[in-house]
Amino acid sequence: MSTARVADILAALVEAGPASSWPERLVEECRQATEMTGVGLALMSTGGAAGILAATSGHAQQMEDLQFALGEGPCVEASRLGRPVLCSDLALHGDARWPAFSPEAQRAGVAAAFTFPLQVGSIGLGVLDLYRDSRGPLTAPQVTEAVAFADASVAVLLHLQGDGPATSRGNGRYPSGTDLGILGQGEGGPVPEWAGLVDRRAVVHQAAGMISVQLDVDVAEALLRLRARAYALDRPMADVAADVVARRLRFDNSEEGATELPGPPDPDGSRREEPWR
Amino acid sequence: MSREELIADTFVELADTLVAEFDAIDFLHILVERTVALLDADAGGIMLADERGGLEVLAASSHEVQLVELFELQQDEGPCLDAFHTGQPVTRENPAAMRESWPAFTPRLEAAGFSSAQAVPMRLRDEVIGALNVFRIAPGALSASDMKLARALADVATVGLLQERSIRARDLVAEQLQGALNSRILIEQAKGVLAERTGLDVDQAFTVIRTHARHRGITLPTVAAEVISGRIRL
Repeated sequence: MSTARVADILAALVEAGPASSWPERLVEECRQATEMTGVGLALMSTGGAAGILAATSGHAQQMEDLQFALGEGPCVEASRLGRPVLCSDLALHGDARWPAFSPEAQRAGVAAAFTFPLQVGSIGLGVLDLYRDSRGPLTAPQVTEAVAFADASVAVLLHLQGDGPATSRGNGRYPSGTDLGILGQGEGGPVPEWAGLVDRRAVVHQAAGMISVQLDVDVAEALLRLRARAYALDRPMADVAADVVARRLRFDNSEEGATELPGPPDPDGSRREEPWR
Repeated sequence: MSREELIADTFVELADTLVAEFDAIDFLHILVERTVALLDADAGGIMLADERGGLEVLAASSHEVQLVELFELQQDEGPCLDAFHTGQPVTRENPAAMRESWPAFTPRLEAAGFSSAQAVPMRLRDEVIGALNVFRIAPGALSASDMKLARALADVATVGLLQERSIRARDLVAEQLQGALNSRILIEQAKGVLAERTGLDVDQAFTVIRTHARHRGITLPTVAAEVISGRIRL
């Protein structure tokens, strides 16, 4: 799995500067890695565009502004559909799809647009928009890189959200500037704990759903609480999640944050070893 | 419904992907459920290649935790991975043969109660996009005719999944797959929400979600989103 690639991207961001610098750096790194003309990172809410977080040179800011103003374009569509929208030739396929956006984008010199939604199931965070001044599909390695940067963006956005006042009560252990602690050890070490935020194993997301009901919070915050708990216990997120799903651990708003229950014993102790990872 | 009718019905259903409300996750669930029902198999699942470089489980015939894990583990070794890499069907008729090929995976498969495993690649022309995998409780391979049927189901499903000819297959695979992966996570979250609200196990919660989706004729992700937002309480 290329969780390793995502971890590398995140580690480089953390090393380079404070959290406030990550979005700008991320889009620039993504632009270079995918050989695009421009890359933008936009926040999206259910109501539509919610703000541009970062944009590189090369049309990105202009394209983001345009889509937000028109309320149409690949980013709106990707966000609504919950899947990437890859338009390798705006002139050929774009005009019918986005009658207002596509001609304007081409006038500005953009020939292809590729948008990756930043979503974790029901958690919609935003989009990563890639623009290029020449048409043609992404190569397989470019898609792989773009998906890795999209995953890294999800982790960054969730993390920044977790630092906000709305959710800081649950995980006040992360004052800004100490982010290296969350990353765990660097190369060769265990998978950084915030890579757990983009873990796609079923049990992690089942647990997030359960925790969201236990705490009456949204699923995004539930995921952050789960991460905070795993970090505090120094255990993998999937491991703590398995305890939640088996009803051996229940989150609450107590000082401790959760209660261990005398639930059914782990029927399969070997799960903890995770010999495949 | 006779077996012949069920086969005919399944192919019609799998070919019918041009409807507006086509949903890849629902489609893959239909495929895996019908495969297990039609073949002499006890459990099944579908894994598709992810842009992240591995195989991801997209659908399983049951959402029991143990079964889902049997697919998640195959990111490292197992019948799906072999079928995906070789583009050929994979058959291991008994635990000894399985252990030889998959030393780490087989003990977990046996612990879950299975004694044989088979997988067929999901391919379109020379592009393999994933694999369809079935397990049997009893040792022994599927009959030749069942194997043929499994390949036909996988082939029709692959074509169905990639039906939009106007877009390059690679773009479409990436779009569909990333979308389906996100839907799958959405469903996992909904299972957790429903399990916590009702006291059900997560696999029972999935059954409730699926039953509701079929009953109302709407997609699994739609129901999942409604469960999470609290718009419906099952």
